[in-house]
Parts: sequence; C-alpha cells; structure tokens
Amino acid sequence: MSNTVRSQTGNDWLRDALPRIVLSPSLVIVLVFVYGFIFFTFYLSFTDSRILPSFGLVGWQNYSRLFSIRAWGIAVDNLLIFGSLYIVISCVIGLALAIFLDQKIRAEGFIRTIYLYPMALSFIVTGTAWKWFLDPGIGLQAVVRSWGWESFTFEWIKDSDMAIYTIVIAAVWQTSGFVMAMFLAGLRGIDNEVLKAAQIDGASNWALYRRIVIPQLRPAFMSAFVVLAHMAIKSYDLVIALTGGGPGTATELPATFMYSYTFTRNQMGIGAASATIMLMSIAAIMVPYIWSELREKK
Amino acid sequence: MRLKIGKTLSAFAILAASASYAHAGDVEVLHWWTSGGEAAALTVLKKDLESQNVGWQDMPVAGGGGTQAMTVLRARVTAGNAPTAVQMLGFDITDWAKEGALANLNDIATAEGWDDVVPAALQKFSKNDGQWVAAPVNVHSTNWVWANKAVLDELGIAQPKTWDELVAAMEKVKAAGKTAVAHGGQAWQDATIFDAVAMSTGGPDFYKAAFVDLDPEVLGSDTMKEAFDRMSVIRSYVDDNFSGRDWNLASAMVINGDAAFQFMGDWAKGEFINAGKEPGKDFLCFRFPGTQDQVTFNSDQFALFKQGDAVSSEQGALAKAIMSPAFQSAFNVVKGSVPARVDVSDEAFDACGKQGMKDLAAASKSGNLYGSAAHGHANPASVKNAMYDVITAHFNGEYDSETAVSELVTAVEIAQ
Amino acid sequence: MATNASSNVIRTGAGARFVIYAILILFCLYYLLPLYVMVVNSLKPLDEIRSGGMMALPSQWTIAPWQSAWSTAQIGVDATGLRPYFLNSILMVVPAVAISTVLGALNGYVLTKWRFRGDTIVFGLLLFGCFIPFQMVLIPMARMLGLMGIAGTVPGLIFVHLVYGIGFSTLYFRNYYQQFPTELVRAAMIDGAGFFMIFRRIMLPSSGPIAVVCIIWQFTNIWNDFLFGASFSDFDSQPMTVALNNLVQSSTGVKEYNVHFAGAIMAALPTLLVYIVAGRYFVRGLMAGSVKG
Repeated sequence: MSNTVRSQTGNDWLRDALPRIVLSPSLVIVLVFVYGFIFFTFYLSFTDSRILPSFGLVGWQNYSRLFSIRAWGIAVDNLLIFGSLYIVISCVIGLALAIFLDQKIRAEGFIRTIYLYPMALSFIVTGTAWKWFLDPGIGLQAVVRSWGWESFTFEWIKDSDMAIYTIVIAAVWQTSGFVMAMFLAGLRGIDNEVLKAAQIDGASNWALYRRIVIPQLRPAFMSAFVVLAHMAIKSYDLVIALTGGGPGTATELPATFMYSYTFTRNQMGIGAASATIMLMSIAAIMVPYIWSELREKK
Repeated sequence: MRLKIGKTLSAFAILAASASYAHAGDVEVLHWWTSGGEAAALTVLKKDLESQNVGWQDMPVAGGGGTQAMTVLRARVTAGNAPTAVQMLGFDITDWAKEGALANLNDIATAEGWDDVVPAALQKFSKNDGQWVAAPVNVHSTNWVWANKAVLDELGIAQPKTWDELVAAMEKVKAAGKTAVAHGGQAWQDATIFDAVAMSTGGPDFYKAAFVDLDPEVLGSDTMKEAFDRMSVIRSYVDDNFSGRDWNLASAMVINGDAAFQFMGDWAKGEFINAGKEPGKDFLCFRFPGTQDQVTFNSDQFALFKQGDAVSSEQGALAKAIMSPAFQSAFNVVKGSVPARVDVSDEAFDACGKQGMKDLAAASKSGNLYGSAAHGHANPASVKNAMYDVITAHFNGEYDSETAVSELVTAVEIAQ
Repeated sequence: MATNASSNVIRTGAGARFVIYAILILFCLYYLLPLYVMVVNSLKPLDEIRSGGMMALPSQWTIAPWQSAWSTAQIGVDATGLRPYFLNSILMVVPAVAISTVLGALNGYVLTKWRFRGDTIVFGLLLFGCFIPFQMVLIPMARMLGLMGIAGTVPGLIFVHLVYGIGFSTLYFRNYYQQFPTELVRAAMIDGAGFFMIFRRIMLPSSGPIAVVCIIWQFTNIWNDFLFGASFSDFDSQPMTVALNNLVQSSTGVKEYNVHFAGAIMAALPTLLVYIVAGRYFVRGLMAGSVKG
C-alpha cells in the first residue's frame, strides 16, 4: 500500500518543490551539524590535537595508542554488557508491566504516573540519591541489616566486577516506565476480535500473548529499541553521578572515556579516535536495523 | 604546525571576544568556587572591584575540581567568546599561555613587586617565558594528615613522625575496632595519598625526578615499588566501603570519631570547623609522616585572557585586587588555604592556618616546595590522569606493586 | 481518560490478579525509592545527615533547606539561590520546544504525504543524527556558533537544542502521520488546497496527541540538558541545570546535602509537573500511532 500523494500536474514548479523546500532546512542543518561534525571528528582523529583542534597529521598514531590504553578495552566491554542488559531488561520489565497494567487495574492512571516520572529526571538530580541508596554503609544494605537481617549483603557498587550492574539498575529505573508506556499504547491498539476468536478456540492466556499479542507489538519494539539504544550510547551523566567510572576504571563507558580524553586529559586526538570508533560501531548496528524497518513499511 | 594554528584560532577568538562581548568596565570571571564559604569569600573581591567602578559578571561552573570549567572555557574560546579572567590550576595556565591566549601582566607585576612576594615554585606557573600571565590567589598544601584527637588520646597514640610510627598507630586503631584511615576511593583522592607516600618514601629528589622530570628510570625504580607497597599497606587500613565516597564524607568519619586519620589537603579543615570543632583541641593537623619539611602544593590562579593588544584597565584592576594582601588574607581564612603572597600577616588565621603559612615560607626558602602531582602541578593533565589510572587500579587491587610500576612507566610514555 | 480505552478481553483469575497487584506495587516502590531518599533528606537538618541514618525519616523536620535552595544558597559569588535561573531556563526551553515541534510536524508531513525519491534516505539521515554523542560536537559547535555570532546567547542555545532535537521530533510525527488516511489529503488536493492549507486544516487539528508526546520529550531533554547549557551560555543566560550543578558540585567546599536535595527536587519540578499533568495524554498520544509502524 502506498501512502504517497504525487503531484499530478507538474506544471507548477513551486508546488512541486515546496515540500522539499520545507524539508531542506532540516536536512541542511543535519548535514552540517551532524555529518559535518562527524567528518571533522574523523579528521581530528588523525591529527596531533591536544588542548584545541590542530591540523598536523600523525597518521594512525592515535588509534594505535587508543587500543593500547587499558581503560578503552574496559569501556568497550562495559558498553556491550551494559547496553545489552539495559535494553533487554528494560524491554522485559516494560512489557511485563504493560501487560499487567492492561488487566483493568484500579488506579491505573496513578500507577502509570509513578512508573513514568523517572524519565522526567536527569541524573544530575537523582545521582546523589542513587549513590547513597546503593552504598552499603548507608543505603539498602544498612537498612535491611537494621531490620534484623544481619547477613544481608548488597555491595555491588564497591565491587569492580559488579559495579557495572548497579549502573544497569539505575538506568533501567529511569527508562523502563517509559518503555512500559510505549508497550501499553501498543497493547491498547490491538484488535480484540482476533483475540476473542482465539479464545473461543480455547487458547490459553499465555498462548494468546505469545502467539497473537506480542508479535503485533513489533513496531513498539522498534521505537523502544531506538530510544533505549540512544540512551545507552549516550550514558554519561549516569556513570559520572553514580561511580565516576570507578571503582578504579571498572565502570568506564566509551562516552566517559571520550570526554575524559578530549577535555580532561587534553588529548583531543585520542578522544576523536575513540569517538570515531564509537560512531562506526553505532552505524554498523543501527544502519541495517533502521534500513530494514524503513524498507518494510514502503 | 600545531602551535601556529592554535595561535591563529585563539587570535581569531580573542578578536571576536573583544569585538562583540566584552562590555567596557566589566570583568567576566569563570570559576568553580560555588560552595557557600568560598563563593562568599569571592564577594570580597567583587566589592573591591565595584568600589573602583568595575562590574563583576559571574560565570561559575562547578564540577570535577575545575575540569568542567575547563571544558566550558575551551568551548568559549573556540566560539570567540573568552571570559575576561579564568580560575586555573598549574599546567592549564601553561597550556593556554602557549596557545598565546593570555595577556602579559608584566607592567603591573613590576609596579606591584610580585616577583619578591610570590614563591618561585608558584611563579613557575604564573609566568610563561618570563611574562606574568596569571595572578595567584592561594596555596593549598596537600600533604596534611587530619586526626581525631579524642580517638588518639583514648588509644594512647602520639602524633606519628615516621612511616613506621604511622603503621603502628594505624594498627592500634584497627585493633580497637575503628577505621584507621578515612578515605574516599576516587582517583584524585587515591593520588593525593600517593603524592605524600612517594615524597615520604623517596624524598624530594626522587619526587622531582619521578613526577616533574618524568624520568622513566626513576618511575620504574625499586623506590617506586616501595611506594606502591606502602599504598597497599594503607589500603589495608581503609574500611571496605571506601570506593566512590566523597572526601567530605570521609572527613565526617574523622569528625564523628569513627575513624582516626584522613590524608587530605587543607580544604578538609573547613569541614571540621563547620562541624564546630577546634584545631588543636578536637582535631589535629600535621604533615604526612616523613614529609615534615616538604610542602606539596596546588595553587588557584586567575589567568587573564587577552583583549586586544594591551591589558585593559579593568583587567589590571582585577589583577591588583587579587594580589592585595587584604583580599589574600580574607579569602584564605575562609578557604582553608594560605595566601600566595608570603608577606601577608597570619593574624586572622587559626592554628592550622598559621602552621601552614609558616611551613610554606620555610619550604619555599629551603627549596622544599613542590607542585602536587595529584593536583596538576607537577606534570601536564595527560600525564597526571595517566598516573591516576595506575594508582587507582593498584589501590583497588587490580595490579600488584610490580605491575603497577611497569604500567606507570608505559602509561606516562603514552601520555607524553 | 486513556484508561477508559482499556477494553482487554483477556480475563485473569483472582489468584493471578493478587500476584499482579503485588508485582505492580513492588515496582511502585522501586520507582519511588530515589525520590523518597531525596525528599526525606531535604527536610532534615545537616547534623542529622552527617551522623548517619540517611534513609531514615527526619527526627526534626525543617523546611530551611528548601528556603535556602530557592533564594539564599550560594550559586556563584551572589547568594541568589536557584530562583533567577528558572527564568533563564524557561526563556530557552519554550522557544526551543515550540520550534522543534513545528519543524518535526512539517518534516513528518512531507515525509509521509509528499513523498519523493530518496525520502527514506533523508529520514534515515535525520534519524541517525539522534545517535551522535553530544560530547563530540562541543568544539565544532562552539566554532559554528562563534561564526554565526550567536555564541553565549539564548538564541544560540535554542539553535543547538533545535539541531539535536530534529531527529526525534521528526520520528514521532512521521510515524504518527503514517497512520493518517492519505485519502483525505488527496481529496483536499483535488479540491485545490495547497501544501500549507492541507497541513493547517487537515493535519494539525488531529495532531494533538502526538504533539503532546513530542513536547514532553523535547521539554524533558532540553530542560535537563547540562553539557550544552554550561558550554554555550554566558554569565547572564546560564540555565537551571548549570545552577543546580554549581550548588551540588563543589570540590573543595563544605557540602550541604539537605540543601542539595531540596535544590535538585526544585530543579526537577517543572519536568515532573509536565509528566504528571500531561502523562495521561502521553500514553494516549503514543497509542494514537507513534509506536505503530
């Protein structure tokens, strides 16, 4: 099915061109301020830029240095762990809560607002509260112990191997409610007639969801994936607020790494190299995905 | 050529700045002193300038011990919208001076006699190529120990003077069931301790060769390994819950008597004073054992950005006001640091402040005043942070001392 | 209300419903916890926080931290509290949200109803722009703003937010308009209606739900932004988040945690309000098509 309206006459130049004229400022802006800057960064990654951009070429030196820095490897591994867990868990929790909320729940609007509000807050606002809550000395562990469960232990944030998972907990907290809203909207849009027919055929609730409902939520998954992936890649405030990249360098992410080398360490060339690698990886994952989703809808 | 283009860029920036944004008669000041006491202390400076009809446009950006402000500065200079004056630390001043972005203050400095009153070790940063480019406000020294007097008295611990005495004292505290060392596991805090430990282990010549001259042989030496070993010892006296803790929460542990010692710069004093504690009576301040004669410092300075060819009259007024003994005293009493001028009266300072001023003057005279590596006054930011990585990884048990030493050598090499 | 739209035919037993309610309430606690920590500690004197028990209710209630954060806390040299920065943020957020929403609507309209060769590529280019890490664009953006002569101004900030908001606003409107019956547009064209006439008379009146979604999204992102706000503002245009950061982050100063929490909640109030007030339309807006292909 085509949604397109093509102008039939073709004799009115302005009328033909107008839609493209309307779209062109956005396109120009994006070409300059997104793709131009990407190219600029790519170029900088081959220069000896330190405190400010400079244009003396040094070949692949920044890349070879980048890959010899231990923190970069950690950052990449962490993004893989964090990104996949964050996206999967947010989707699972979001979908589960949406399905539960869709069962004619009393006070649904109220509960929904509670689930949604974290999205309104930045980690500049909630960072300290999270840090305290996760801190074994004053947070959850201390409280549970004061209730009498003396052996209760929750000190992930202090543990190099586990700290990245506390980042996942806080990140899921922020967005899972939003994902829930997306799935809930998707659920409400499903045609009940199909479900009724299947019910009459004796399908169980589980089968109804698995066979009919969830497959129909595919567009919602697409939107959720785009939102979550973009949040995962840009996660910066979160890490700075919760752990500052620590303990040691255990929770470093590419975004914090890039910022640190570009601005704190005055090694803009290496920062640009890391940004380039990051962008290429994002493109490798996102471009095929976006492309296949867009093509299908034609 | 990097330098040349950097210069062109800055020149462009400065041109644009002076053309469009600088309001005559006003100074725009970028700084990160935003907490109650220190910001209040800055109003002294603001009022002084206003009495000379120079307006103060405040541009505070806090975060990361000034790194956030440095990012903003970079954006503003690139945009051609540089502030009039910027709070800066150590090598940042040198870097910007090399870009040709800073104004030459020599005329004012000569007229006011800065050369005679500012310690040579500070001048190394305030001057570039023989030109004054920044006005120093204060000197923080970083090799202090803060101790809870009641805890020490109760356990019969005398003020430790050597490393061995310190270890014995920490052991006693630990045996008594308290935390020996209150510490926050953030890279800069780990490095602050490492500064003092390295100075105490290898002495000033070792410190200079390793952190200032970056001599790979010294960086990879057995003495360095010994310093890392001592860090492991200290680690064993820190509670398990240390990582990520803010330094002021660590101070609170000492204030509340949960912990005996904290190794931290003189800004910690403010926490004790604010909690109603008195120096000498409730808490003690003394140099890290083995560094009694040395002072490792960091110094906040105001660098003035070029606005056209000459130093503008309001920039001159600002520079003079910063260096006036009255402001230096008033500001530093509140801030916990000591004046950058060594000729300021210590009348208004408390016991720890008086001690600090005396130590500074003595260390400056005897050549024992060294820039703190942990606070960007021994080597450039890239090297400093590379060292942070190794020190922190070692402190968190990711490296043993031997690996740490070899990692230190390679990390410094990559960063240079 | 959107809740009324619930017409789920799937039924669950009493036992299952009990479990569902239990889980829903458990998650309420999870989502409310950080807010609880913030509110409780913003109502305590500092001594109580220092002496531990940060999760406990205040033994002595006080609103002094709130008053301090609003009007007397030290943000920079002047003890102004957060009050003056509210206006700065609003002056920046309102135009930025308005313009990017209108632009997103127009783009979505063109991309779905006036399709042309390569329109999918254009949309893909816009969408991929969402993924650019902001730390990366700081320096080149500063340079461009300088060249355009709007560095350190409110219009400059608005422009930056506009640039990086286009991707998402276009995404929302495009997905929404895709559901909109093309026949109506075609009929209007045959009646001789022009490009803007169709947009104004036919598209806009039915765009309410998605406009709410887009506005909430942009408002939240722009209000909460720190990096651009800090880097591209001047001494007289610093937004709320920068002021909050100055209040909360101080490296060598005394930390008044209770004031920090009060300030943090205050800075977040506008976005919280938007979510609470517009939240119900939000799900409705999403329902009305944004998440449907």
